Amino acid sequence: MSRSYPRLLPSGDSALVVEFGDHIDADLNRRVLALDATLAQDQISGIIETVPTYRSLLVHYDPTVIGFAELGAKLMTLAARPGLPSRKGRRWRVPVVYGGEFGIDLEAVAARAKLTPQEVIALHSGGDYRVYMLGFLPGYTYLGGLDQRLATPRRQDPRLETPSGTIAIGGVQTGIQCIAAPSGWNLLGRTPVRTYHPHRDPIFLIEPGDYVTFFPVQERDWEALDRAAETGDPVARMVDT
Amino acid sequence: MSLIVVDMVGPATSVQDAGRSGAQRYGLTTSGAMDRVSLAIANALVGQPCGAAAIEIGPLGAAFTARKGSVHVSLAGADRVANLGGRAAWINETAVMAQGETLVLSPARSGVFSYLGIEGGIAGEPVYGSLSVSARAGLGSPYPRPLRPGDELEVGTIKEAASARRFKPLLMSREPIRVVLGPQDDHMTPEAVALFLETEWRVSPKSDRMGYRLEGPKLAHADGYNIVSDGTVPGSIQITGNGQPLALLAERGTTGGYPKIATIITADLPRFAQTQAGGRVRFVSISMEEAQREARGFAAMLAHVRERVETLVRGIRSRESRADLAAAAMSRRDQPGWQDRIAVDDQSREVTDAGRFEL
Repeated sequence: MSRSYPRLLPSGDSALVVEFGDHIDADLNRRVLALDATLAQDQISGIIETVPTYRSLLVHYDPTVIGFAELGAKLMTLAARPGLPSRKGRRWRVPVVYGGEFGIDLEAVAARAKLTPQEVIALHSGGDYRVYMLGFLPGYTYLGGLDQRLATPRRQDPRLETPSGTIAIGGVQTGIQCIAAPSGWNLLGRTPVRTYHPHRDPIFLIEPGDYVTFFPVQERDWEALDRAAETGDPVARMVDT
Repeated sequence: MSLIVVDMVGPATSVQDAGRSGAQRYGLTTSGAMDRVSLAIANALVGQPCGAAAIEIGPLGAAFTARKGSVHVSLAGADRVANLGGRAAWINETAVMAQGETLVLSPARSGVFSYLGIEGGIAGEPVYGSLSVSARAGLGSPYPRPLRPGDELEVGTIKEAASARRFKPLLMSREPIRVVLGPQDDHMTPEAVALFLETEWRVSPKSDRMGYRLEGPKLAHADGYNIVSDGTVPGSIQITGNGQPLALLAERGTTGGYPKIATIITADLPRFAQTQAGGRVRFVSISMEEAQREARGFAAMLAHVRERVETLVRGIRSRESRADLAAAAMSRRDQPGWQDRIAVDDQSREVTDAGRFEL
């Protein structure tokens, strides 16, 4: 199907979607985040909140303040404007305990890629990942930039429960799953970092458009890091870009 | 402060208000009451803001006892038998729970969710402006989870001049649930879109606050059932891999990877959420212009719910005055036309030909 972008899609009577494309692509995502940043700066009356995703921006609005047609026209004008300023992403270094009971699919991912588990860890922690979006569950961080050799299809039989802090691979994506949840992704390891912590200020650490790198830590370090994270230490280090 | 102590409770009973906004961009869903209208009615009856926190009671029974003082409560939403200290209590009315008195609610006879409104409100610590429970996110106050027996909620103590009040029931449609097609109806075959609108769907028992699964004919995707995940709203109807609709509700994920064939309009979400498992629903597609008109009308209706609250007896405080209250209620019921309007113990809502809420 060929469609022309950006385009406007209805999402009920109180939300609309500005869609920039239909695939995962860093440039598309930059345009989404640029529109999002523009709306944060030049507030349009009636917008309640925005949800940037891989390739579209969902805009929740109050239809008693502004209508679909008027808001849609304003957003399309903004979306078509070239060179919207994008927020400069921050860079986070995130510790991970790979393998063993912390990452029960590490060996299967390695076997499928014809690599050793150590090579998988080196490739995964050597990657430079862009935060495309947070979604589905609080703090669930979707990352692009996975080494193609590590791409692994989702499991046929999703697990009914996977632990908090799970670092996993689903297709060409990798991500940080903050809270325990069902998942069909392949589990490589766990991080003590809470991307979401309801009793910490800030509640959420990472923003869409930020960058993430991982570094391996030993299983014996888990307990101390996990305790620190639980009491509000970010544990993830922010580094200068 | 008085306490409401939970004596007995089924699943899916929790503190809910109008929900939280501002963090959907981080994956935190809105939560909030499944039926915003009944929440507003329960709150209006006890003088609370229409989006204030109340106890959302799931389809099974529940029992609560007042401690450390008397509590002025109201009940709205699903129809069920309510018994307060051996006397009947009514849907869409207020009642005084004297200290030590127990309110016993039967399972819902029609509808799913009831709302126990409390004068003076429920004490708690809001996160993103809301006390609503999101069990998965570990949020909600005073308990970040559904209620359990033994839980104690700090609530407002009855005021000196609490008045018994009644809510004049809203007229409620039994017409098909209205939707706006999209955002991904073009990911379904045209035949599938037509079939979606022609079918009488059955609400699956595998439904919860996250969403209602619907059972019926298999709907065909035009181009596979995966899309690159994008944002969802309350009322988004996904067509999942097995070709069946999943209508996302209060506890939905903020993004999803299935095509969304249509979106339930805001005004019809309460009615949809009150459909019991095994119940039937049909959908009808309306234009965006009409949907926006309905959304504005719905907002205005919520804002004016308070105007339909009428006082039955002023200044009730204790058991003794309940006889006066009952007498007053009976005398009102004797008035011509009363039986047509009031919800005694059958329907809390009535049907209108016009097919929408009316004041």
